[in-house]
Amino acid sequence: MEPVNFDVQPPHLYPPYKSTILRSPTRPLLPVRELLKDLSLPVFGESVLQQFDNDLTKNARVNGEPIGERIKVAGRVFDEAGRPQPNVLLEIWQANAAGRYVHRREVHDAPLDPNFLGGGRVLTDREGRYSFYTIKPGAYPWGNHHNAWRPNHIHFSVLGHQLAHRLVTQMYFPGDPLFEFDPIYQSVPAHARELLVARFRMDWTDPEFALAYEFNIVLGGHHQSLFE
Amino acid sequence: MERLRQTPSQTVGPFFAYSLTAQQYGYPYDSIVHHALLGPATPGQHIYITGRVLDGQGAPVPDAVVELWQADAQGQYRTAPINPREDDGRDFTGFGRVGTGTQAGAVFRFETIKPGAVGPGQAPHINVTLFMRGSLHGLRTRLYFEDEAAANAHDELLSAVPPERRATLLARCVAGGGLPGYHLDIHLQGAEETVFFTL
Repeated sequence: MEPVNFDVQPPHLYPPYKSTILRSPTRPLLPVRELLKDLSLPVFGESVLQQFDNDLTKNARVNGEPIGERIKVAGRVFDEAGRPQPNVLLEIWQANAAGRYVHRREVHDAPLDPNFLGGGRVLTDREGRYSFYTIKPGAYPWGNHHNAWRPNHIHFSVLGHQLAHRLVTQMYFPGDPLFEFDPIYQSVPAHARELLVARFRMDWTDPEFALAYEFNIVLGGHHQSLFE
Repeated sequence: MERLRQTPSQTVGPFFAYSLTAQQYGYPYDSIVHHALLGPATPGQHIYITGRVLDGQGAPVPDAVVELWQADAQGQYRTAPINPREDDGRDFTGFGRVGTGTQAGAVFRFETIKPGAVGPGQAPHINVTLFMRGSLHGLRTRLYFEDEAAANAHDELLSAVPPERRATLLARCVAGGGLPGYHLDIHLQGAEETVFFTL
């Protein structure tokens, strides 16, 4: 059996993703794990959540339902030792079904949906579980290179409880034909890319309502003492 | 104990604002973290902090999001849950977030208090995390205050930084703005490249 490779993170500089060239540190990073080992992160109470923060199909309705394929995204947040992480804040954002972001700097010629914003948030429960409803995001072109398209994805900002548990990532959908052409996805070592891809869960589907995807998140830090 | 593989980091991309900083950017969604880390009655020296994120050509980055996390005037980090809809008018959260896309020159501006020293061997400081398009990771650093020279000289983390690079973490005093102000430019590359951390 092959040993598991825990080196899953992308490099800072990944030239095929052109914006990294002028925006990535060039000098060695200062190791501070010991110095900052006692630093925890802010904790949010339930009152940060409003009624439809975990339902992007409802939290921006103006005159009807958003267009597109309604889905449920659910999963659990763990630390590297497999311990569930409760009360972790997940903030999410995404394009609409046509591949258009609400953001004003977005220039892609695809329609906005008056009933879809694409932003939401959720806290994990005592077992580290979360779930939200949304519309499956569309693919969209971007300016990185000729005919560059991003695979369908949902952005996650994750705020856990230790300094190492602040993560921003993207969740992808299984079998996307754009994976092999996307330098952001490809920046992750090949053996670890599957960690960014949600799993289709027929058994979690809401019959006659929404298909379901499972996306589990493992928050890192190099807690080698746990494993040595 | 079975070890799980971490979830890899990915860029925040250019379009975070309508979720992470919606109110600042004027999107129709609320925000739970703001440019102000304090309320009007928060004890301590009220200050503002400005800065920019500069790329490898010295150009200000207009699509970064900057987070601060700091102790209060007594050197205590908040441990009570933040409940923005209940207490933020009065209480110090210690946690702030601003995007660089709404002010001329891609400047970020926070209002906070000058933190107390968290413990012996620690000068007053603020933890800073940056996310931006073109960065596949959150970048962590710290802000120290140039007018705390005596404390800075004995700070454990600053002492671990090569002497010639320590100035990249020092915010300078600026006048104007009604409150004592500090400014820190964060250089992603170049001769003044900021010292970033790894855990």
